[in-house]
Amino acid sequence: MIVNMEQSAPTVAPKRKPVPRHWGEWVIENLIQLAGVSTLIIIGLIFAFLLREGLPAFFEISPATLLGVRWYPIEEMYGLLPLLAGSFIVTIGAVVIALPLGLTTAIYLGEVAPRWQRELLKPLIEMLAGIPSIVLGFLGWVVLAPLIQKAGAPTGLTAFTGSLILAYMSLPTIISISEDALYAVPKEYRDGALAIGATKWQTIWRVVVPAARSGIVIAIMLGIGRAIGETMAVMMVTGNAANIPALGIGMFFQPVRTMTATIAAEMGEVAKGSLHYSTLFAIGIVLFLITFSINSIAGRLVGSQGSRRSGGQL
Amino acid sequence: MNNKIDVRNFNFYYGDFQALDNINLAIREKQITALIGPSGCGKSTFLRSLNRMNDEIASARAEGEVLLDGKNIYADGVDVVELRQHIGMVFQRPNPFPQSIYDNVAFGPRVLGQARKNTLDDIVVQSLQDAALWDEVEHRLHNSALDLNPGQQQRLCIARAIAVKPDVILMDEPCSALDPVATLSVEDLMHRLAETYTIVIVTHNMQQAARASHYTAFFWLGKLIEFQETRKLFMSPQEELTESYISGRRG
Repeated sequence: MIVNMEQSAPTVAPKRKPVPRHWGEWVIENLIQLAGVSTLIIIGLIFAFLLREGLPAFFEISPATLLGVRWYPIEEMYGLLPLLAGSFIVTIGAVVIALPLGLTTAIYLGEVAPRWQRELLKPLIEMLAGIPSIVLGFLGWVVLAPLIQKAGAPTGLTAFTGSLILAYMSLPTIISISEDALYAVPKEYRDGALAIGATKWQTIWRVVVPAARSGIVIAIMLGIGRAIGETMAVMMVTGNAANIPALGIGMFFQPVRTMTATIAAEMGEVAKGSLHYSTLFAIGIVLFLITFSINSIAGRLVGSQGSRRSGGQL
Repeated sequence: MNNKIDVRNFNFYYGDFQALDNINLAIREKQITALIGPSGCGKSTFLRSLNRMNDEIASARAEGEVLLDGKNIYADGVDVVELRQHIGMVFQRPNPFPQSIYDNVAFGPRVLGQARKNTLDDIVVQSLQDAALWDEVEHRLHNSALDLNPGQQQRLCIARAIAVKPDVILMDEPCSALDPVATLSVEDLMHRLAETYTIVIVTHNMQQAARASHYTAFFWLGKLIEFQETRKLFMSPQEELTESYISGRRG
């Protein structure tokens, strides 16, 4: 009997899947498919374009020069290290500031704040995300930089100034996504911890936050992504000096120049097709690879967490 | 036999709704007391009143006394956190934390400030043995608790609850998410635990109450209708309402 059923199955299946009777359906299906595929095509084209314009730099400039510590394109010194260092210093500073602030804000909003405060604060925080970066750059230039100079730095336009602005910019992302992650933690976990005699804080710190870890990692990664790719605000407040500061806490209080700021500042002045021009695209490739690897690391972390969670009962 | 918990003139409200109406009930030490009744009769509310888990609900309000070893847990100045260390709880759906098996059991002792690895190891082993789970997880203590099957997860939750050495264990329909085999293993476990702990269990399942408990309380619409030794309650109920409920004519 079972064999019969299996044999008859293929003869039934084609009947149930005829050519679409409604041509409208057919059009919509294909349009949707086209939209989906076009995203892929556009990403592919962007990458191909970046490679076409930027790859020559990697062939024509010796690796020793590219890994040099000087960025003087006019004298054919194309050392990328100062720019990489600039981007990393500003980004690390931003994360160090934004992470504790963002996470504690999310915990306050999600676990501690009374309802009316949460309903007031959450839209406000999400509104912060909509402030144009140039406005923040302006704020940094006019307000923050003088303050930092007064505090003792040689100039107000430092990596730290950029970090502060970037931290502020990535806060809405970090808060909003972490809070969603905390909110998604099943109530049963909280009940379980409270019923054992954990205090509210112990419950949050030992159960709720670890359970929301994957979401918090995404929040941090998206925050980093936002920070490392940001251009205008950073260009305005970091001083744009392409040098490598000495390692140490002092490096945050010196002017730096990021990869993004370099591209934005110099692209308008180079001759199309020149070595300088393709080096700027090479910087773009490096930036692309960095954000790509951050995203895939985040994806992997989240993936391994996600499968564990879905294996559970809750 | 001593009364572990003495409930006196206890009323409970959710906002304007009165969920429990003048409950008087004594829970005997080292016995299993089952709470039965139809959905919404207040049995779960009553259970959660015993460790003040209802405090987490904003509109909830309690009146009357619940005496644990003679002391009113609703008196001013009672530390709810400390209270819950004496009265453990197991929930309807197994709720192990998304951490390793070891960390789940060690959670309570750690929260109480126990940090020495040797002591924690001993507590974890002992608790898992007491919860009849040790043989199944001995070699994978550091695997995720979520990899266990539901029956094992529920026994892990029991191990987690007894790791802080409570006096009383409250169980809120602990078997309703389990298959019959897992249910039996949890019931077996309850009997062994009753040698050490006082157990209060809410159940939907009257066979379970009849099988697994020493005393049974029957709730109806927020009132305690009848409280008896389990055998008496099922064989010769005093109240007509009880009789019609346990025979399936009502509820």
